[in-house]
Amino acid sequence: MSEIEKDGAAPYRLPTGGRIDRGATLRFTFGGRTLTGHPGDTLASALLAHGVHQTGTSIKLGRPRGIAAAWAEDPNSLVQVEEPFPEPMLLATTIELTDGLAAHGIPGQGRLADVPDSARYDARHVHADLLVVGAGPTGLTAALTAARAGARVVLVDEQSEAGGSLLGADDRIDGSPALEWVQRATAELAGNPLVVHLQRTTAFGHFDDGFVLALERRTDHLGAAAPRHLSRQRVWRIRARRVLVAAGAHERPVVFADNDRPGIMLAGGARTFLHRYGVLAGRTAVVFTTDDSAYAAAVDLADAGAEVRAVVDARPEPPAQWVGECVSRGIPVRAGQVVTGTDGVERVSAALVAPLRDGVPGESERIDCDLLLVSGGWNPAAHLFSQAGGRLRYDAALGAFVPGDVPARTSVAGAAAGVFDLAGCLAEGRRAAVAALEGLGVAVGGANDLPAVDDVPARVPTLVLWRVPDTGGTTRSLQFVDLQRDATVADIARAVDAGMRTVEHIKRYTTIGTAHDQGKTSGVIASGITAELLGRPIDELGTTTFRPPYTPVAFAALAGRNRGSLFDPERTTAVHAWHLGRGAVWEDVGQWKRPRYYPRPGEDMETAVLRECAAVRGGVGIMDGSTLGKIDVQGPDAAAFLDLLYTNMMSNLKVGSIRYGVMCKTDGMVLDDGTVVRLDRDRFLVYTTTGGAAGVLEWMEDWLQTEWPHLRVHVASVTEQWATFPVVGPRSRDVVAAVTGLDTSKEAFPFMTWQDTRIGSNRSGHDAPDHGVRVRVARVSFSGELAFEVNVDAWHAPAVWERLIAAGEPYGITPYGTETMHVLRAEKAYPIIGQDTDGTVTPHDLGMSWAVSKKKADFLGKRSFARAHNNRPDRKHLVGLLPVDRTIVLAEGAQIVEGPALPEPPVPMLGHVTSSYRSAELDRSFALALVKGGRTRIGQTVHVPVAGELVPVEITEPVLVDPEGARRDG
Amino acid sequence: MQLIECPWCGPREEVEFHYGGQAHVSYPEDPAALSDEEWADYLFVRDNTRGLFAERWVHALGCRRWFNAIRDTVTYRFHRVYRPDEQKPALS
Repeated sequence: MSEIEKDGAAPYRLPTGGRIDRGATLRFTFGGRTLTGHPGDTLASALLAHGVHQTGTSIKLGRPRGIAAAWAEDPNSLVQVEEPFPEPMLLATTIELTDGLAAHGIPGQGRLADVPDSARYDARHVHADLLVVGAGPTGLTAALTAARAGARVVLVDEQSEAGGSLLGADDRIDGSPALEWVQRATAELAGNPLVVHLQRTTAFGHFDDGFVLALERRTDHLGAAAPRHLSRQRVWRIRARRVLVAAGAHERPVVFADNDRPGIMLAGGARTFLHRYGVLAGRTAVVFTTDDSAYAAAVDLADAGAEVRAVVDARPEPPAQWVGECVSRGIPVRAGQVVTGTDGVERVSAALVAPLRDGVPGESERIDCDLLLVSGGWNPAAHLFSQAGGRLRYDAALGAFVPGDVPARTSVAGAAAGVFDLAGCLAEGRRAAVAALEGLGVAVGGANDLPAVDDVPARVPTLVLWRVPDTGGTTRSLQFVDLQRDATVADIARAVDAGMRTVEHIKRYTTIGTAHDQGKTSGVIASGITAELLGRPIDELGTTTFRPPYTPVAFAALAGRNRGSLFDPERTTAVHAWHLGRGAVWEDVGQWKRPRYYPRPGEDMETAVLRECAAVRGGVGIMDGSTLGKIDVQGPDAAAFLDLLYTNMMSNLKVGSIRYGVMCKTDGMVLDDGTVVRLDRDRFLVYTTTGGAAGVLEWMEDWLQTEWPHLRVHVASVTEQWATFPVVGPRSRDVVAAVTGLDTSKEAFPFMTWQDTRIGSNRSGHDAPDHGVRVRVARVSFSGELAFEVNVDAWHAPAVWERLIAAGEPYGITPYGTETMHVLRAEKAYPIIGQDTDGTVTPHDLGMSWAVSKKKADFLGKRSFARAHNNRPDRKHLVGLLPVDRTIVLAEGAQIVEGPALPEPPVPMLGHVTSSYRSAELDRSFALALVKGGRTRIGQTVHVPVAGELVPVEITEPVLVDPEGARRDG
Repeated sequence: MQLIECPWCGPREEVEFHYGGQAHVSYPEDPAALSDEEWADYLFVRDNTRGLFAERWVHALGCRRWFNAIRDTVTYRFHRVYRPDEQKPALS
């Protein structure tokens, strides 16, 4: 006792012992109180050193709650960290203490930061022959065994240092403190280049085929000294040929009335605080156990200066050797007794102890204490085993679910497999590693070189006691099962009374096991109590499913670097910088960044687009069409292949010519469209929509590889290789002629033809044919205007673009974006596949019967066009819509109804608006729509809801600008 | 995340693959000769097997090659993979 009080600042800190650096003092605040601790402390151990047990209050009942365990199994010590950066829902038991840390307790809910997290997060991949989860005695032995055999080993452990259970105990290995053996083992692993050993790294999810995700906490423990360039947390994506789970075990409490007060703690937790942090969790202790392991806690605490007033052992025959140890220290052992309840306000002040006779507690006796340690045995931490599909089996001797059948690639050893003695863990670690390596065809040679350990007292079997039997009254509603959820035995009883018969239902009804801790201490107990209440054996009932993550993982860590501009790859064209400089407003098209419009000062989208449209139709515009998908199709059967793929004929296309084509799926619905350029007899350049490029390539590969492998055709994407610049409008002829030197007259350069040329061949005085930049000019139009598409390799694209802009200067060349392109094409009723179509639309529905060959014997979709359903008169047709009020722009997606008033529901839907804009050319709004039997309804008036009212619109022919096609030739 | 054994590349993560539906449903020799019912059968009707199922996969983010696989629709496990020109193995 006197020793404790020597350190006035932290009265429960022992003068010696623990793995803390007493030479350095850290200051931190908790709930506004400034306290001190040392490097090596957790927030919990530093609080306990000051006698602070209560960390907060419970979520529903507001009951005081305190530190109840020493690591991640603690259901109670939830805190909000404020400094160095706000983070909610962390456990005081797993926060490593740093200087300047500021935290406070929370009642089950915290607060996310309202400022952006400036920390970095990242991910790494690693492959291993053997992944060992847990660097306790089992895991270290396994890792050493495998590493010595030459295997690639990854060893992860969630604590700040290796050792596992040895850190919280006083075991000896080879006659020396066990931690010296740990030190030798980690040094050996560190010297092996085939070993990756990660501490502060929690394996939180175990998925198929040896895939394990682990979270490494890299900088928090360094406090202000953390280098800025390091990521704060890292997700390790581990792919292992074999996974060994050596994750230890969680101590199990016993449920009794008022078992939730601060100062009530798992016995192993108190022992860890003592050995690892040099902290006595209390001065006067009562130990309540049904298992041998708590005796070590009682003895060690007594040796450290605590007064242990009783070991209350529910078993009638306690372990003789341990009883002797207790008696020699003056600790009374009360065999066959239980704790039935507690007293206390903000901290436990007494345990109520009663003898257990025929399973019923007798008269209780009060024993004053400030610490009540509890142990009901141990649950193997089989989470990672279970996540991988391993089945658990109830072991009646342990009162625990242990790994049963072992899934492929996975094994379990040590305490995680229900082996709790040190010698057994070392042997199991070796055996498991040997077995795993044998499975990989690696023989492990050498002698069995396991170190020696001290003998342990003979064990008396654990008494399985989920809860102390009722003493009647309201006891059950004070018997807490899930402390974080404030869920009690009374809640389970209610669930059973309500007819719940499975643990999964009871979990959802009571919320037991659904909190932050995912029921690490409560899950198995809930199963046990449910089994009792149902009168069924627990092995029939089983446990709830273990799901990842094992402990909470921040979304920031999972996102890693995939946030902001790296969330999804951004594809930019070769002239992106020019668009940026011109103030383009972007539209995301798939992963592409496309200029949507180029606003001038004071312009909104509508004015900018009207200006751009007018400029194109009245003079000349230019756009960056580089994102169009381009597929190079080569081979002797390329023409035959395209004939099968497109609805129209491609094989009779002349070299030098271009044809628009439509592709359908076998059901006859439009898949994609675009132009096909015949470069040579055996070579075509196929243009796809921007969004459809990858899908069309995969579609082509599918047919070539699986149905038509006899066709000698190769396909490759060349989207990125070519930049494409449509120069559009009546003055495009002049601009393109000026830049390319081509004769762009109607006669010399007919519509739907292409020509190759070179630009700049004369600048250096040479005019040899291989000088200059090769460009391909194609006369195609997506606006109805005279237009030339200038194609150039991506490297020279910016220079060519600049030249086109310069040459267009005299004509007021106007760069325009996707929005203007959409308006211009809609005025001509050129559909956008995926906007004006939705996978239920045929070429005929679009009014494109002209693009469907009647000559070809077969092509994809042809047979479907003959199906009755494809010829119904009420199919939806693409038509134009003109709102009677020419200022109203209909909403895209709006439904079309007969009107003028709505009938009683269900209201028949005639179709929907697919594209809708304001037209500069028409000086009014207009739309495209899919309307049932639309082509037979031209001239009729239907209605579209706009802002809650039905507005009349006229159905028109779809082509609204230049229906004769007179402008095509300029 | 499962590993899928591409017949050309070896085991790769499942996100590199796209699913292609039931295998061994050939494009009809002469679609024009089929009745509407037969054509609809080809277009729309597929088995919905519980257990071992022959299906098409493509290593879309790898070699871009299609292959067939026998997969258990209950456990998701791939039992074997084979090339499109190989015979369908006996399901067992």
